[in-house]
Formats: sequence, C-alpha cells, structure tokens
Amino acid sequence: MTVQRPSISLLGTTALIFEAPGEMNLDSQQRIWALAHETQAWPEIREAVPGMNNLMLTFLHPPRGAGALQALEARLHDAWDAAVARPREGRVVELPVVYGGAGGPHMADVVAHTGLSIERIVELHSAPLYPVYALGSHPGYCYLGGMDARIATPRRKVPVLSIPGGAVSIGGAQTGVSASAGPSGWNTIGSTSMCFFDPAQDPPAALQPGDMIRFRVEGIVR
Amino acid sequence: MIEVLSSAALATVQDQGRTGSLRWGVGTSGAMDNLALAAGNLLLGNALDAAAIEVPVFPFKVRFGEDCAFALTGADCAARLDEQPLLPWWVHQARAGQVLALGLPQGGAHQRGSRAMLCLAGGVEVPEVLGSRSTQLRGAFGGHEGRALRRGDVLRAAAAGAACKTGFGLVPPALALPLQQGGVAAVRVLPAAEYMAFEPASRDAFWAGEWKITAQSDRYGYRLEGEALRPIAPMELRSHGIVPGVIQVPHSGQPIIQMRDAQPSGGYPKFGTVIEADMWRLGQAPIGSRVRFIETTWDEALAALDEVRAWLDKVARMVELHRGAPVSVARQPG
Repeated sequence: MTVQRPSISLLGTTALIFEAPGEMNLDSQQRIWALAHETQAWPEIREAVPGMNNLMLTFLHPPRGAGALQALEARLHDAWDAAVARPREGRVVELPVVYGGAGGPHMADVVAHTGLSIERIVELHSAPLYPVYALGSHPGYCYLGGMDARIATPRRKVPVLSIPGGAVSIGGAQTGVSASAGPSGWNTIGSTSMCFFDPAQDPPAALQPGDMIRFRVEGIVR
Repeated sequence: MIEVLSSAALATVQDQGRTGSLRWGVGTSGAMDNLALAAGNLLLGNALDAAAIEVPVFPFKVRFGEDCAFALTGADCAARLDEQPLLPWWVHQARAGQVLALGLPQGGAHQRGSRAMLCLAGGVEVPEVLGSRSTQLRGAFGGHEGRALRRGDVLRAAAAGAACKTGFGLVPPALALPLQQGGVAAVRVLPAAEYMAFEPASRDAFWAGEWKITAQSDRYGYRLEGEALRPIAPMELRSHGIVPGVIQVPHSGQPIIQMRDAQPSGGYPKFGTVIEADMWRLGQAPIGSRVRFIETTWDEALAALDEVRAWLDKVARMVELHRGAPVSVARQPG
C-alpha cells in the first residue's frame, strides 16, 4: 500500500496551502480541523483557514529565507502525521426549503442532467445530515460535505450574475446555501430564509465547521 | 466633515484591510494601492491603519465643511482646491467651504496611475467592523454603510480642525521603486501549486508575453487577455483558501488576478501569485494597459517586501523632519 504524501504550496509571501492526501471525507476533514487548531497558535501564523480537505495558513511573519520555510513545512508535515481526527459535536440546524419554481430556476437543468424526477431529486437532496466542512466564498457561506453523488450536476457554463441570499444550489458534487446575493456558477434548485452572517455577533457566522444542516422540504413547485 | 459632491460610483472607504476573518468567509478588502495609503497616513501623522477614500473614477468632488488637512497620494489627478492646482503626493490644508476636485489621472505611460487616495487628518471616521474600516461590498458592511460612496454622503475626518503640518510631499514610489520588463510595467510572480501542470509552451508564454488588463477588471479581480494558458490535462480542484495576488486560470485559459476584494476561497487552478510587495503596482495599473510578469523566488520576494518597508521608513523619517518632531536615535549601550 502506498501512502500519498500531503502537498504544500505557496500563495506568494502571503500564505501557504496544505492539501491532505487521498479521498475527500469527513475523517480527513476532522484532522484538518485539528491541524488548524494547532497551527493557529504558531507565532508566524496569522490565520489558519480550513478548506475542503485542505488548510490555508496566512503568515503574520513569513519565514526568513528558504531554509526557515522548509523547516516550517517539515513542522507542518509532522503536525499532520500527529493530528487525530476530532469529531465535533456541532449543532443541527434545520432549514426549510422550497424546491423548484421561481426560487429554484435551475431545477430543470438538474432534472435534465441526472435523468431523475424532481420528487426524487428533492428526496435525495433532503435526506442527508450535511456536515459543515468549512466556511469560505463570502461572509457566512458554508461548504457542506455528504451530498448524494446521484444528483451531482456540473457547474454552469456561464455563471449567473446574481443569485439571492438563501439560494440552495448544486455545483459539481457539492451543495450549499448562499449567505448573501452575488454571482454564482452553481445550479439553484430551491430557496430558504436564514441569516448566516451578522458582523455584530461574535462569532459573526451562524454556523461553524462541525455543525450540521438538514434541509426540510417546505414545498415543491413544479 | 466632508460632503461627496460627485455621483461617481465605486469610490470606497478603505484601510489596510481586514485580517483574521477569512475563516468566516470574509475577504480582506483594503486599499488597492496599499503603499499610497500608508504614505498618505505617514504624511498626515495618522495611524498606519487609518482609513482613506479610494477614488477609481473621475471626476470626483468633495466639499470640506470644516478646516481639514489632507494628503493626496496614488494617481496624479490634476487636483484643484477651488481654483488652485495641487501637487500630488503632498499634504494640503483645506478651509471650511472649499471644494476639492480630482480630474483624470495624468502622467507618462509608466507613471499614470488609476486610483487616487484621499487621506484625511486622523483618517476617515467610520466604525471598525471585525477589526477594520474597509468596505466589504459583498457582505455590505464596513466602510461607509457597507457600500460605495454616493453624492450627498457626509464623512468625518477624525482629526479635522487639529493643527497639522502641511505644504510638503514626497517622490512617489512609481519613481522611487520603478519596475519594468522590456519597457512595460511589470510585477513579480511566485509560481503556485498548479504551475507545472500547464503546458511548457504556456509557461514560457506567460513570462514572455504582454498581458492586457481588460475592461472586465475591478477591485475583485483583473481579467487579463493574452495567449491562452493550456493545462496538460483538465483539473478539478477542491475549494481552498486564496489571497489577493493569486493568478487563477479558468477554462478559457485567460488568467484572472485576484485583487483586494477577492473572495477568500476558490477552486480554479493557480498558476502563480503576484507577490504582496508588488500588489500596489497592480492596484494602479489602468484598464487597457499592459503588464508583464517576472518569475521570482521566496527569498527575492521577501527582499522586495524589505525594500517597500525601507521606502516607508525613509518616508517616515522625512515626514518627522518636516513635522519638526525631534528625531530619536536609538543608542545601544556600550
């Protein structure tokens, strides 16, 4: 059995990216959270930012010289090897969703791509308890794991200029909910109303990695 | 207080950016020309994290409602205070009722910028949100009401009316720290994760070519036009953190440089990253102009950051002399 090594790459002098090896799954993501927790305390790191089975570290003080950079990378590999997947007992948040209709303008594209009926798509989409893997894209936006591969639908060839906040969408093998209006290349299949972000709150984002989302079928518009 | 008289859109309140909230999905924002902002704050004796008004569209006019010192840095915009022409990169004194007008950016091909920074005594007084006064357009918070400025908006300068030494300035960094390649404005790039996954001919073309900054360029990103960059095989990446300066290559092969309003995560292949020390150059590059890329190394990129810091230190010493403060010399014992 060969163990694929994680990879580390640079984003200029601003940050580096650590990418976990192997398949994307929750166990690996829980190790990413553990690695983020540890590296956040390192003196040269400004912020540890989990992605999807990867971690970005922004520098408070970029290591001086190529040697110091290599030493930091070696420390990161060691920390990953020692990182233990720590499940988080997150909250379960239920979001009522109206699927299809005006709030889900691309449902027809998902039907066309998957060959499934709208009822079946809704059934498959609302069945899982989706863990929040990471936040990114825009304030309060959650990257979710666990979507049923049968409803995976490629990103749109031409991005939509603006989809509203609360848009429930599918992009490739992922699903998510927009936290505010903005451009998107994903297929919007429904809508919900939830305030995901309030800069006056601490923390400002309503959901954290480890929390879970369940989509409850509020209605289906054909 | 100052009142915005122009309907010119896209002027925003910016400081050095919002760090520490990437994990909530909040990008950094901040001044496109961070060096112009830092120098403007130094000229006024402001804190380095004070906020200013970034002006990318001209003409732009404001009326001072009270006496206020201000500094103009960034693009030279043939500014006038009432009828009096003003020097760029200079500290001026406005009197209550005077109107400041910024016109189109001036200068030769290599000195003409695209964004002026209007820095006010004490900085623009808006509430700090998540540790910064920069406008977060997507999240609609920070800056002035979380949006671009409009005609009729009224802003306050934190130290308006306070005595401030005026009537001096400095040589702009475009002259003090020039960088060109083959007679074209250039920035240095550190190759990123997917660099080697592009065709060798595309890698060569990237460094050899001139890249046009297209009209579809703004604070979020610069879309470039040049020879299409071809991956050896199509790539599907997992969403990951990105920062301003990252050069992404979508399926079209035409690269996009993430700028200050970039979202904090992405999934397109990353060809390279414009180093932080050169982001101010890009922030001043006008739409329609051409830029070239110079391959750099980690150590050279750090040396470039040191060079920027050394220039700011020099500015700080010069300002200290002009402001009449005693120059303190640290003495080592022994």
